[in-house]
Amino acid sequence: MTVVEVARLHKVYGERVAVRDISFSVAEGEIFGLLGPNAAGKTTTVECVAGLRRPDGGAVRVLGRDPALHRGAVTASLGVQLQDSDLQPNLRVREAIDLFASFYPHPADPGELLDVLGLGRHGGVRFGKLSGGQRQRLSIALALVGRPKVAILDELTTGLDPAARRDTWELISSVRERGVTILLVTHFMAEAERLCDRVAVIDAGRVLACDSPSALTTRLDAGQRLRFVPSAPLDDTRLAALAGIESVSRHGDEVLVVGDADALSTVTAHLARAGVLAHRLRVEQPSLDDAYLALTSSAAS
Amino acid sequence: MTSTPLAPPACPVRRRPFRELLRVEARLFARSASSVLWTALIPVAAVVVLAVVPATRRPSDTYGGLSPLRVYLPILMMYVFVMSAVNLLPAVLAGYREKGILRRLSTTPVPPSRLLGAQGLIYLGVGVVIDVVLLVVAICAGVPVPRQLPGFVLSLLLVAAATLAIGLLVTALAGTERIANALGMLVFFPLMFFAGLWIPRAKMNHPLRTISDYSPLGAGVRAVQASLEGHGPAAAPLLVLAGYAVACGAIAARRFRWR
Repeated sequence: MTVVEVARLHKVYGERVAVRDISFSVAEGEIFGLLGPNAAGKTTTVECVAGLRRPDGGAVRVLGRDPALHRGAVTASLGVQLQDSDLQPNLRVREAIDLFASFYPHPADPGELLDVLGLGRHGGVRFGKLSGGQRQRLSIALALVGRPKVAILDELTTGLDPAARRDTWELISSVRERGVTILLVTHFMAEAERLCDRVAVIDAGRVLACDSPSALTTRLDAGQRLRFVPSAPLDDTRLAALAGIESVSRHGDEVLVVGDADALSTVTAHLARAGVLAHRLRVEQPSLDDAYLALTSSAAS
Repeated sequence: MTSTPLAPPACPVRRRPFRELLRVEARLFARSASSVLWTALIPVAAVVVLAVVPATRRPSDTYGGLSPLRVYLPILMMYVFVMSAVNLLPAVLAGYREKGILRRLSTTPVPPSRLLGAQGLIYLGVGVVIDVVLLVVAICAGVPVPRQLPGFVLSLLLVAAATLAIGLLVTALAGTERIANALGMLVFFPLMFFAGLWIPRAKMNHPLRTISDYSPLGAGVRAVQASLEGHGPAAAPLLVLAGYAVACGAIAARRFRWR
């Protein structure tokens, strides 16, 4: 079942085209990532999905309804955590969650939700006194308190330290296990790789590619880079002459071999025949980072 | 319903969102010490001082035969509404807009206009309550109970409506909390000047008094003063107040930005 459908979305601010032509659809239970550099049109896209902006062209449907027209129906089943949305500095955590719970027909238990998000002991703390990570978690709690079917999370972990980011990722995974469909906006590749079932890479208001993170990386020429320190002297030219090996170079003690997808087995077989051990062997495979950079740089040229 | 909702069971109690908003915002008002001080304590202290100093309770020629207490009572009443509706409210609302609070509310089933409504009710409510306190203190000091109570209430309601509309206009025109604060102060002085805070209306020369008649709080003082003195307020000041309420309210509604 399609939960979010964006078809040929187009949005202009005066002269500036924010979204040129974006289409994607999110299936129920999925974590779908919108990935792209700053000013690529990600936030405008989710604002249209949330019904905060009206598209200039194309169509947006959330659970089959137009979010800009059917505000009541869509807001009741769509939880939104937006960038740069604070709360009243003097508002206490518990008051905030109780207030937002009162907005929805069938809210989650605010106390339990705070516990799940690790804010259970901070109910009496004012928003202004919370750390960045705690604010972010409260923001997620407010987006989830109405027990939405879909949640939009925009730049969720920007500005968080690595530990808080990891905690937040675990939290998102657990939210998905509860059956909530998630539309995640990010510019962290690691976040998309770790969380998303599928991502749409967006640049300059267009979708460059839309697939699972692993499919996006294998689309790249699936080359391998091996680094190791040989246990005995090794003839580099014989190594370079092996099938599928592009280049061999030395960096101090370390040998760097660049080759095709089978380079690892080719090299280890050769080393075994030569009776040489490969110490500190590392294999580098293209990451989503590389795929993303390849996509966005080819779009720019 | 089995697959989609978040695990915790639905809360059985369904509360009324507007009442919750009102309660939370009222608490936040009470937590902002400076707003309580400026709107509530200062005018109350002023009227108490005027009430306990014997000289200010006696009629004086310089105030057109009224005692200073009776002259300043309506002016202080205007001050309360200007402080709450034109100075504090716009700063709070512009700050809410700046911080994305109104935007966040737009994503929930409760539209941000409800927050605006709650804020308006709180600041006007505070204005009415403090004005009643001022009146009670003044009555204890010998000012007669207003015999024109309906006229008094009507005048005060129109003052509330006009100042709220001016406050919303300031909010609509100011992009940020700082600008809202500055604009609020900028309108405070002319509004209070023509209400007679520095030169009571009785001592103004003819052109000044005419301007005062057509200024929102000059008209407000005129209407409230008349009803305190036992006359029905004239139609002119009430119409002036209603005019400001409608005109400023209409422009504010057209120019208001939620983000």
